[in-house]
Amino acid sequence: MELWELGAWDITKKVKAKEISAQEVLEAHLSRISEVDPAVCAFLSVLEAEARIAASRVDAKIAKGEDPGILAGVPCAVKDNLNIKGTACTCGSKMLENYISPYTATAIARMSEQGAIITGKTNLDEFAMGSSTERSAFVATRNPWDVDRVPGGSSGGSAAAVAAGMSAVALGSDTGGSIRQPAAFTGIVGMKPTYGRVSRYGLVAFASSLDQIGPFARDVRDAALFMEAIAGFDPADSTSAERPAVPWSKRLDRPVKGLRAGVPKELLGFGVSEGVKSAFENVLSQMADLGVIIEETSLPSLAYALDVYYVIAPAEASSNLARFDGVRYGLSKRGKGYLDMYRETRAEGFGPEVRRRIMLGTFVLSADQYDAYYLRAAKIRTLIRRDFERAFQTYDVLLSPTTPTVAFKLGDESGDPMTRYLADVMTVSANLAGIPALSVPCGFAEPAGEGTSGRELPCGLQIMGKPFDEETVLTVGYAVESFAREEMEEKSALMRRNLILAKECEPVD
Amino acid sequence: MTERAYDMTIGLEVHVELLTQSKMFCRCSTRFGDPPNTNVCPVCMGFPGSLPVPNLEAVKLGVRAALGLGAKVNLSSGFDRKNYFYPDLTKGYQITQYRTPLGQDGFIEIAEPRKKIRIRRVHLEEDTGKSIHAGDDITTADYTLIDFNRSGVPLIEIVSEPDMNSPEEARQYLEKLQRILRFAGVSDVKMEEGSMRVDCNISVTPKGSDRRGTPVEIKNLSSFRAVVKALSYEFDRQVAALEAGESILRETRHWDEAKERTHPMRTKESSEDYRYFPEPDLPLLVLEEAFIEEVRRTMPRLPDEIVAYYKEKLGLPEYDAQVLTLDPNLSSFFDRCVEQGADPKMAANWIMGDILGYMNRQGLTYEQIPVSPENLVEMLGLIASGAISGKIAKDVLVKVIETGRKPSVIVKEEGLTQVSDEGELLAIIEEVIAANPGPVQDVKNGKEKAIGFLVGQVMKATKGRANPAKVNIMLKEKILS
Repeated sequence: MELWELGAWDITKKVKAKEISAQEVLEAHLSRISEVDPAVCAFLSVLEAEARIAASRVDAKIAKGEDPGILAGVPCAVKDNLNIKGTACTCGSKMLENYISPYTATAIARMSEQGAIITGKTNLDEFAMGSSTERSAFVATRNPWDVDRVPGGSSGGSAAAVAAGMSAVALGSDTGGSIRQPAAFTGIVGMKPTYGRVSRYGLVAFASSLDQIGPFARDVRDAALFMEAIAGFDPADSTSAERPAVPWSKRLDRPVKGLRAGVPKELLGFGVSEGVKSAFENVLSQMADLGVIIEETSLPSLAYALDVYYVIAPAEASSNLARFDGVRYGLSKRGKGYLDMYRETRAEGFGPEVRRRIMLGTFVLSADQYDAYYLRAAKIRTLIRRDFERAFQTYDVLLSPTTPTVAFKLGDESGDPMTRYLADVMTVSANLAGIPALSVPCGFAEPAGEGTSGRELPCGLQIMGKPFDEETVLTVGYAVESFAREEMEEKSALMRRNLILAKECEPVD
Repeated sequence: MTERAYDMTIGLEVHVELLTQSKMFCRCSTRFGDPPNTNVCPVCMGFPGSLPVPNLEAVKLGVRAALGLGAKVNLSSGFDRKNYFYPDLTKGYQITQYRTPLGQDGFIEIAEPRKKIRIRRVHLEEDTGKSIHAGDDITTADYTLIDFNRSGVPLIEIVSEPDMNSPEEARQYLEKLQRILRFAGVSDVKMEEGSMRVDCNISVTPKGSDRRGTPVEIKNLSSFRAVVKALSYEFDRQVAALEAGESILRETRHWDEAKERTHPMRTKESSEDYRYFPEPDLPLLVLEEAFIEEVRRTMPRLPDEIVAYYKEKLGLPEYDAQVLTLDPNLSSFFDRCVEQGADPKMAANWIMGDILGYMNRQGLTYEQIPVSPENLVEMLGLIASGAISGKIAKDVLVKVIETGRKPSVIVKEEGLTQVSDEGELLAIIEEVIAANPGPVQDVKNGKEKAIGFLVGQVMKATKGRANPAKVNIMLKEKILS
């Protein structure tokens, strides 16, 4: 087994036992990046020098007998909308192409303290707006399972890096599914924690009331371990909860027998492909075999979740992105007067999807439209929260496919924005309700409508839980991933080997 | 006069900087006058990914202001975003309180005519950076420099109802507001340093009309005097326009201090839509009853209460009580004098007369009262015991101020003690009687006034040190007996 094939759990164990050094692990990953990233384009920048210093520090600590932390020596890629002092933070946008962060995000500082090695910054849809990572201003990231397909988004770079063996774990952000959807598309684990569980300080805001930072990993235990490092109250984020992290990674093998799982029928009504549906049903029956009580249930307000999401998220985004004005940092075009400065800076700095959402948000917040759109959406959001509260009086978890389809082809996003927005239907409600949600691989399906190519792509199961009950969500995920563990490992290993033969990707025009 | 045929309605919006050590949502210093852009951080500079954390001390001062203005404090309020673009606004929005203010439904009572001006709301918000235009304004300047030291400084905005009907009432409201906030320790409320900023809304209607006039907002007012002048100017301008059959535009006008006139800034119809919405980065601001009670309990005494005390318990006239409560430093100076045994009326007279007179001449502020209460009290004691005359005391006070030495020491060293010794006085009185036969005869003839001249002569001969009351009695005895 190559060092880059190891998961986070095994790496820390071996590094702490001095079987391998953090520096050896890092070098293996850096070579893996230079070998396959030309075909995947997951990274926007690789922080070799900084990573080498961090790895040598971990090794030095171990040599001195000091505690190197729970992520000692684990290479970690970070979505490029998280600030790390002294390094670039582009947000996938021309607006911040040459921007250097003056400070470090809390989640980054915490994982570094626990010995994680930050290897680089990963690609994303511009300002995290999109679900394919094609909307980066710099390059379209490829799905390692099929480089003609998208890895999902917006955290597609982080997902692809982990799936392709370039990073053991990675950090992403999830506003409407931006961790879970790419995790499902790339056959890995991705978690959106409860709102307030992980500090948002240092995450460039898309929609402040929906954004959460969360982990990508190749199995549930690695994701749980990573969660332990980054979770917890942060006085710098007024919306972070005064809840300490839990040793989740050590509590995964509790029996799931007798747990109650609800399947909201509202989430199965939206164009779920046959392949995804059958993978989902297959998992449900295996869960039932383990003694999980599975029932169909109804959360009527979920029928409006997508509409509510596409009012609230753009509204907050239009305000959050107002700071990019060319005055203090980032792109700055000097027109004739200050109004020209705004117009030219923002027209050149933002791509079409970002501009579309700023316009949408500006419209729904305008005095004449506020009551009809924003206020109404906020009220329905309350109903959605209540529906979840009611459902969680009966069920320990709620289940759905993570996405209606498997990964789509590059370029498919160019069509009607409404169709693209529909793909977020499964994931947005967890953000609206602020509840934890995990995507775990649950098998493979053929892409619909492409004939019988014989090509299979991974799909994901979404497990949603009660606020701050990450423990149950992770426990169920741990049980589910065991169903197809062998198939998954075998196919992943093959996929990673084949990547070296893939063609190099070209930058977007 | 045609103006008599019109009424004016005035409402005021006042922004006040709070006396906190650090900013509203970060830990940067609020110190005034530091080099530009030195008290800044990612939060108050609006860097991407930074988040606001409310300053508890600012909330406390906001509650204190609300209580001081007789307002109801809302146990649950929240923050909202006010969205607009301007280069000194770092995030593209200002965090303010739009839906529910910290306090509401307060009032300020003014004296002439005696009436209550209602206060609609008292709310917390953050200040913007300060733009310095190389030219008149941002549209015509060659360039604009921005100092972000002020960005994020905590403010409260106090919005009155349109309850004032003359510039004079507006002035009284502002003075009273300033005094209350100063005594409450909420702000130093200095218009010249920008820690108090006033915007006026004025509308004019024909007398007896039940319709509201079109409100016009006036900005750029840097003193109370400017407020009065601008309101008077604006009233005249609007009356003239109405008389000429023109309609009044709903607009914001800029007060030009040099030309003493207003000119239009932008019309309200086309004004910006601020797209207010709840600030998602901050939870609701929920206060406990006990917190508010604690603020109430530790609230410094306010001017109205102190005035009542001075009048009822110390027997001071209204005027004296008002002057002594112009400023907390002044009233606490007076209080300390009284505590140390000074006669309240005597102390008030000396403070309002000689001390404030001296401070005025020297351009000193109320923080710079040039004499200690101990020294003033000692000097008042010397007067009361007859050791020095009031006239001599005026000179002694100046010497105390300029040398910082104790009054008793100055009096002793310079031999200023009042002459009350009858033997010593008798010799001088006999000399004066001998030298002024005319006035002496007048006194004998019953012309009481002539005695004053003779007293004056004795005072002159003693260089002011004689006790004038005693001299008076002795002269009468000597001449008439």
